[in-house]
Amino acid sequence: MIRYIVRRVLAAVPVLFGVLAVTFALARLIPGDPCTAMLGEKATPEVCARFNREKGLDKPIPVQFAIYARDVLRGDLGESLRFKRPVTQIMVERLPMTIELGLASMFIAVLVGVPAGILSAIRQNSLVDVLTMVGANVGVSMPVFWLGLMLAYVFALLLKETPFWLPPSGRLSAGVTPTPFYEAYGWNVTEGTATYRLLEFFANLYIFNAIITLDGEVLKDAIKHLILPSVALATIPMSIIARMTRSSMLEVLGRDYVRVARAKGLPEWRVILGHAFRNALLPVVTIVGLQLGTVFGGAVLTETIFGLAGVGRILFDAITARDYPIIQGFTLAVAVGYVLVNLLVDVSYTFLDPRIRYE
Amino acid sequence: MPTAALPRAPESPLRRTVRQFMRQRSALVGLFIIGTLTLTAIFAPVIAPYDPTQVLIGVEDVRKREPPCIYLLGCPRDRPQHIMGVDGNFRDLFSRVVYGARVSLRVGFLTVSVALFVGTLLGAVAGFAGGLVDELIMRVLDVQLAFPSLLLAIAIVSVLGPGLINAMLAIAIVTIPAYARVMRASVLAAKAEEYVTAAHAIGARPLRVLLVHILPNAISPLIVQGTLGIGTAILDAAALSFLGLGAQPPTPEWGAMLSAERNQVFSAPHLVFFPGLAIMVTVLGFNLLGDGLRDALDPRLRHR
Repeated sequence: MIRYIVRRVLAAVPVLFGVLAVTFALARLIPGDPCTAMLGEKATPEVCARFNREKGLDKPIPVQFAIYARDVLRGDLGESLRFKRPVTQIMVERLPMTIELGLASMFIAVLVGVPAGILSAIRQNSLVDVLTMVGANVGVSMPVFWLGLMLAYVFALLLKETPFWLPPSGRLSAGVTPTPFYEAYGWNVTEGTATYRLLEFFANLYIFNAIITLDGEVLKDAIKHLILPSVALATIPMSIIARMTRSSMLEVLGRDYVRVARAKGLPEWRVILGHAFRNALLPVVTIVGLQLGTVFGGAVLTETIFGLAGVGRILFDAITARDYPIIQGFTLAVAVGYVLVNLLVDVSYTFLDPRIRYE
Repeated sequence: MPTAALPRAPESPLRRTVRQFMRQRSALVGLFIIGTLTLTAIFAPVIAPYDPTQVLIGVEDVRKREPPCIYLLGCPRDRPQHIMGVDGNFRDLFSRVVYGARVSLRVGFLTVSVALFVGTLLGAVAGFAGGLVDELIMRVLDVQLAFPSLLLAIAIVSVLGPGLINAMLAIAIVTIPAYARVMRASVLAAKAEEYVTAAHAIGARPLRVLLVHILPNAISPLIVQGTLGIGTAILDAAALSFLGLGAQPPTPEWGAMLSAERNQVFSAPHLVFFPGLAIMVTVLGFNLLGDGLRDALDPRLRHR
């Protein structure tokens, strides 16, 4: 098992290196130089020459890449050209938003998609099955940005004055301010240190922060704000997960060991969950990992619609403004996150299917 | 439940008929949607009551962002009839949605053609050559897959510059790995077959083996992948246009139309609703057809 895991981890290394090279190259390939984009009318040749020297942009490309790779490994992602602040600091502010949104969406997608797929498979060709599959087909065809706008219209406008009203934008209502847990607990941390940033990062996961500080008001408000964007974002993964669960279950339900389990007289739910579903799980887990890509991509659209200051939004703005360090840093973070989650999925196979351990 | 412990009863003929009909039906619905759309695209000038870019101010009595006005639904007969309403630039939304079918179908087909061609070529070379070439091509594609496709497409468009053609190119590039993998898998499977060994043995040149003996085996998965790919391409192109990176005004592209009016969703929801619905129905059509084709073309699935 250790050998399998080590092999998977080693296989991820060249991919991560490739990711690093691609993020670096992408930022250089974007036309227009950062100097003109940043300084606008003030960008005279002399000013730009100084700007490029200060930012190291006058060095040969391979040298720039070597410096970049070294800095990344040290955890230094540079300073945003536009905000004049460290990229890592901006990440501490932006990443938690998107992580919260992504996790909430995947949570909804799995919570609805998996049971729907199982139900659909055990009642194949029933009305439930037909409706689920029609729903799943419509779901995968749904433009996220359209669904988001329509949900906002229905829940923020049509259902105004009803208990079902949900806010159409932002993370928290005006006037609601969460207390970071390190302050609530009276921890003594110096501002600007790495520890402080780490704590701040977790505190910016509003729901997590609200739970551990037992702040019911903030928790309720944060969840209310998160519902519409995460439902919009969850639709496509949910549909794909439901379809995958259904076909995987159908394949397994016809196997002999399921028949044996039934013949032993096990209760049907144990046959379904313990024998069939366990074996149908592998493709489902794989697809859940891969859907994370859809979620990250969809986050750009969802954040745009719901006025959320997350990773998707800042990446989009940075590309338009040619803010190299932000583009590099955040693309890198997203790609690394994606690779790591899929690595985790690979490793989880060893727990789900013992045969893989001995391969 | 006593029946639960028994093996599943054999399917009755009626059930089987129902099931087969159902499977056929969803593919037929898909085909119907795509057929209707294609006709709409071809006959757009006949169907659309107005020119899609014509500003109607001064031409007739219109109000900005007027809601749909249909005589049968109680709109006065003497008002100009706009079945999907009027947009923020005093244009007939229905005409724009109708012409949008042209844009989106073209986007779907062209994008997939490019990706299919390049992907198939790469996959065939990788699978056929094997060894270092294979390793190199597949690792590069792996790196590409490490990026969420929409984000990568956004990045590529910003390198190339915004515009519908560049958006299509970006989507084609990010979808290449899917086709390459399908093709490579088919080539690898076929390479082990005896008829390929036989073809080699009788002295067929590699290119001939590839085109005559291996490619036909890969065609059906590629058709399925391609059909589903058209839906995805249309969806992604609409998303890029929504972000302002694809089709530029006044092109009647659904994503761009939706984007232009998105801040008016609370006051004029119809301007967001109809273009989005058009995108969804179109993508649904290709997805249904793709699934239907997969069931029909894959003998392993036929008897399930």
